[in-house]
Parts: sequence; C-alpha cells; structure tokens
Amino acid sequence: MGTLEKHLRERRDSGRKLLMPYVTGGITDDWLDVIRAYEDAGADGVEVNIPFSDPVMDGPTIQAASDQALRRGTTPRTVLSELRGLDVSIPLIVMTYANIPFRMGYRRFVEECIQSGVHGAIIPDVPYEEMDAWEEAVGDADLDTVMLASPISSDERLAKLTARSRGFVYGVNVLGVTGERSEVGTWTADLAGRVKQITDLPVVMGFGISSPETAAAAAAPSDGVIVASAIMRLLLDGGSALEAGAFVADLRRAIDGL
Amino acid sequence: MTTTPTAADSIMGDVPDGRFGRFGGQFVPETLVGACQEVEHEFRDAWADEAFRGRLDGLLRDYAGRPSPLTLCDRLSDELGLRLLLKREDLNHTGSHKINNVLGQALLAQRMGKERLVAETGAGQHGVATATAAALLGLDCVVYMGAVDMERQKLNVFRMRLLGAEVRSAETGSRTLKDAVNEAMRDWVATVESTHYCLGSAMGPHPYPFMVRELHRVIGTEAREQCLALDGRDPDVVTACVGGGSNAIGIFSGFVDTDAELVGVEPAGGAAVGRGVPGIVHGSTSFLLQDDHGQVQEAESISAGLDYPGVGPEHAHLAELGRARYESVTDGEVLDAFQLLSRTEGIIPALEPAHALAWVSRAREELAGKTVLLNLSGRGDKDVAQVAEILGEL
Ligand SMILES: Cc1ncc(COP(=O)(O)O)c(C=O)c1O
Repeated sequence: MGTLEKHLRERRDSGRKLLMPYVTGGITDDWLDVIRAYEDAGADGVEVNIPFSDPVMDGPTIQAASDQALRRGTTPRTVLSELRGLDVSIPLIVMTYANIPFRMGYRRFVEECIQSGVHGAIIPDVPYEEMDAWEEAVGDADLDTVMLASPISSDERLAKLTARSRGFVYGVNVLGVTGERSEVGTWTADLAGRVKQITDLPVVMGFGISSPETAAAAAAPSDGVIVASAIMRLLLDGGSALEAGAFVADLRRAIDGL
Repeated sequence: MTTTPTAADSIMGDVPDGRFGRFGGQFVPETLVGACQEVEHEFRDAWADEAFRGRLDGLLRDYAGRPSPLTLCDRLSDELGLRLLLKREDLNHTGSHKINNVLGQALLAQRMGKERLVAETGAGQHGVATATAAALLGLDCVVYMGAVDMERQKLNVFRMRLLGAEVRSAETGSRTLKDAVNEAMRDWVATVESTHYCLGSAMGPHPYPFMVRELHRVIGTEAREQCLALDGRDPDVVTACVGGGSNAIGIFSGFVDTDAELVGVEPAGGAAVGRGVPGIVHGSTSFLLQDDHGQVQEAESISAGLDYPGVGPEHAHLAELGRARYESVTDGEVLDAFQLLSRTEGIIPALEPAHALAWVSRAREELAGKTVLLNLSGRGDKDVAQVAEILGEL
C-alpha cells in the first residue's frame, strides 16, 4: 500500500474526517507558505495543481489561478522543484491535465514527483480506459493514482474505476466544472454511498465546497472533502497564506463537529 | 501499432477502439466518458439503420442541396498550367461543408432524446450550421465563440442569433477557437444529460473524429464519382485546407484507396502537423502546437476557421504513415489566392479553402499538367468585410 493511502486510511479509521485543500502551484510567491498554513490548520493532505493552459474541468476561479501562475513563469519543473525542499509531513498529491506528464514523458514525470516527495496524482482527463500507459510508467513507484468518480458514472464504471484507484477515490459532487456553490446537492450522499458499497478506500468529495456548511454537508456521508476554488479566490483577491490557513481551520472545525 | 501502412483499406476504415495508430483516444473526464460511449453506440446503430440514413440523405438533398457540383476551372487552370477541379461545398445551404456533419449529429441528438445542442465555432460556419439544424429540428442551441472571432466574424454572429441560437463569447486564453472548444466542453460536463455536443471538426474524443469523418465522407464519395464521370479517371492530387480537418478528411476518404496524392494545407501560424509535437488536448492525442512544458500555444491565422493549435488525430496518423502530406501557407499567400479565384472564376472562396488554393498556386510547377481536385469548403461572404479592411480600396 502506498504512503498516501496508508496515511489516509489510518486517519480515517481513527474516526477523523479528511480535509484536503488545494493550491495552484506558483499562484503567488509564497505558495509554499500556503501549504505550510494548510498543515498548521489541520489538513490531512494537499492537492497541488500543476497549472495547464486549457483546464477543461475547471471553472473561472481556477482558470484565473492557473493563468496567474503561468504568467508568473510557473512550469511543471518549477512546481516540482520548489516542492522538493518543503518541510511538511502531510502527503502531497499533484493534480494536472494529461498533456503535462505526457509532454515530459510519463516515466520522467513520475520520477520527478517521487523526487519531490509527492505521493499521489490526479489526472482528470485520463479515465481508466486511457490509463494503461500511465500505470505502466508508475510501476511500483510510491505514487498513488487517484481516480475520479462522477455522479452519473454507472455502477459498472464505479466498480472498475474504484479497482484502479489508489490512495482514495475522488467523488465529484456535481455535474460540471470546479467552482464555488452555495449548497451541496443530493448527488453527494448518493455517490459517496455507492462508492462506499464497493470499496473501503477513503472516499473524499470535491467540487463546489465553499464554506464550513458545505464542507460539513459533503463530509457527513463520505470520508472527507477537497476544497479548491474558495481558497484560490481568496488568494487571487490578495489574501495571505495565513488567511488561507484560517479559512481551512474553519473548515476543519466544521467537519470535526460531525 | 496495429496499422499496416501499405494496406490502403485498413486506412480510413472503422475505428473500433478510437485509435488512429498512436493517435486518438478518449481523454475526457469521467463525467463525459459515458456520454461519449453513448454517442458512439447510437451513431453506429443509426449508421446501420436504413431509416436514419434515408432521413439524413433526404435532408442533405432537399434541404442542403446535395450533391454539390464539381466545377472545372478553365481560366484559372490555364493561368496555373494545370487542371483545377473544385468540389463546390461552398454551394451547400449555409455556405460550407459544415452542414453535412451537423445534419447528421442533429438527427442523432434527436434520436438520443437530447433537446439541446452545444457547439464551438471559429469562423462561425459550424455555429451557423448548428443553429440552422437546431432551428430545423426544433432543438435549443448554444454556440461558444472566441471573443476575437466574434469581432472578426460579426455577420455570422448575427446569423446565428437570427436563427434562434444563443451565442456566448469565450473570454479566456487566446479567445479563439481553442477557447471556444474549452467552453463547449465545460458546458457539456454540466449539461450532459440533456445536451449533445455537436463538435464541428474531425477532432476531439472518440467517436467524434470517426463519426465526423463518416458524416463528411459524402464529399469524397460524390467527388470520386464526379471525377470518374468527367475524366474517366481519378485526379492526380486531392487537396483541402486543414483546421481540425473535417473537410479534408471528408474528401480524402473518397480517394485514400486511389493513387491520388493527398495534400492537406495548414495556415503557417497554426501548422499542427507541420510544426506540432504529439500532445493531448480536447480529448485526443494528436500533433499539437505547444511549448516545452506542455502548455498549448495559441495559433495565429487570418482565418478564424483554421486558427487552432491542434489537428484531428486521423490527419496525424495519415501524416505519419506518409499517406497524406501537409503543407503550410502564409496569410499573404492566402489573400492573393482569395482574390485570384474571385477574379478568374467568379467564385469568392472562404479564407479557409483559399489556403488550399494558395498552395496549388505556389506549387504550380510541381503540379504542371496534373489534375488537381480542391475541396472548396466554403464561400467567402463571411470574410468579405474582414478582407476589405485588410486590403482597403481595390
Ligand atoms: C469554410 C471552412 N472550411 C474549413 C474550415 C476548417 O475546418 P475543418 O478543418 O474541420 O474542415 C472551416 C471552419 O470554420 C470553414 O468554415
């Protein structure tokens, strides 16, 4: 079992809801401080986005975050090399689109992730049908590939993608792209329940989590939440790493109260 | 690789696994995989269903005006020292080849019980065709168009709105075709239960490159018969402009098993086959203009319909097999060709197929005495205002 999965299972099995905030690599000069602030605020892992020019699963906020990072000269290599010296103990998961690792070469990308202390990867435009080459490149490296489950995935697809998923299963709360939403819909409990029937991997829900209330609502039927747009908006609006951390601490309290 | 380069009949046949050699695939988020599979399944069913084919053929004939004629260009042939035949897709209803694909996909959407079409458009021709089919079949229609393209193709924006479609501007990135595709895919992810994505070129995730090619195959099939009727033989060269590659793949499909040389013509500022390297964007692996880090680069072309950094995966495959070759021409050469055809034949071409003519004109020595079939994919009405601005007073 990979480091990421072991860590998340242990925390989940101890009765804790998982909280995994997201940061766009290179969004600001002090984006590594943002990760440190997440850890201090009680995050269980951090999703680190390697920005891509054409993020089709992302709404306006994360598009803007990606654009800002790219304009600052961010590349896959700058993100990974800056992560190399990072002094945090929670696992890091990279999230990016297929062309980024494809261009670098899957094998090379995996090696760089490992050298940077990354333990998981999320590539939303690589469904399991297209996953063989990537899986082969990962081989037995300690890098868990996290698969996304959609509210409209058939039971058959859920079974297959769950079987290929390592670390956790990323449940998508909505039909649509990333972005803040005021409420968590009925799909969340439905999808979390369906995935939990198939697997004992942690099931963590993301997309649309924007407040302590929505975090609690999505964490209740699942094992935890991923939060992205709400924090990226805060940073885009000039908020500091500490403010991002304070927001994550609010979410922590909300899901710990469950 | 499973393809045999020499066996012509293995090229441009069925695509059971969505792969064209090492290109193609279905790189879409999980939410869209089921939808792509449904489109493939329904398309295969429909394509084997005589009633569906009859309905489509009827619309192509009685509504779109097919078959489109084949025109022998006497004066321009003389001037260039070769024999130029034009496949007149410009004479189709809505003014381009795009209607072939759209009528097929709109009927398919109806068959799947979808009440809404979403599309991207560059020059606006695919958007106009989609809006037209939506009006014809009573479907809702939303078209995404880059803000830059909305400016340079104002007339088509108005036409789409007149036809009852909603046109939404894509304000991100280069604000051209690539960004319109991004927005259309984002829309589809959110609306997939009620909406069919009517993709406008032979690109995107499987089954689109395959399906769009089959829907444009009519161009090549007709042209082959027309060439045989006229000359009793196949042309020496078949050429077409390549943006995503739908009009080119349509006409190539009729001649892939002949000795005709197949030549795709890209804009110099968007030569994905010519200057791209393999990449994954918009659902498939193909040649792509991108930087060393994998960020997609912005294409730059006078022609909104070819202003795209990628290309359909089957063209990448044909290029790699050597079955087709890809040339590129500059905006200046295109403007010359645009005027040349207008003056010598009384046909104002769209800027897109003017690319193919620009190559023919430049390669006239190599082509001397040969019969060249050029797919005139669209008419130039939409471009006249833009060209007038560039050329000024004539
Ligand atoms: C007349 C015409 N030809 C060609 C194209 C390019 O598309 P494709 O390469 O798919 O044929 C367009 C696109 O807008 C067009 O309007």
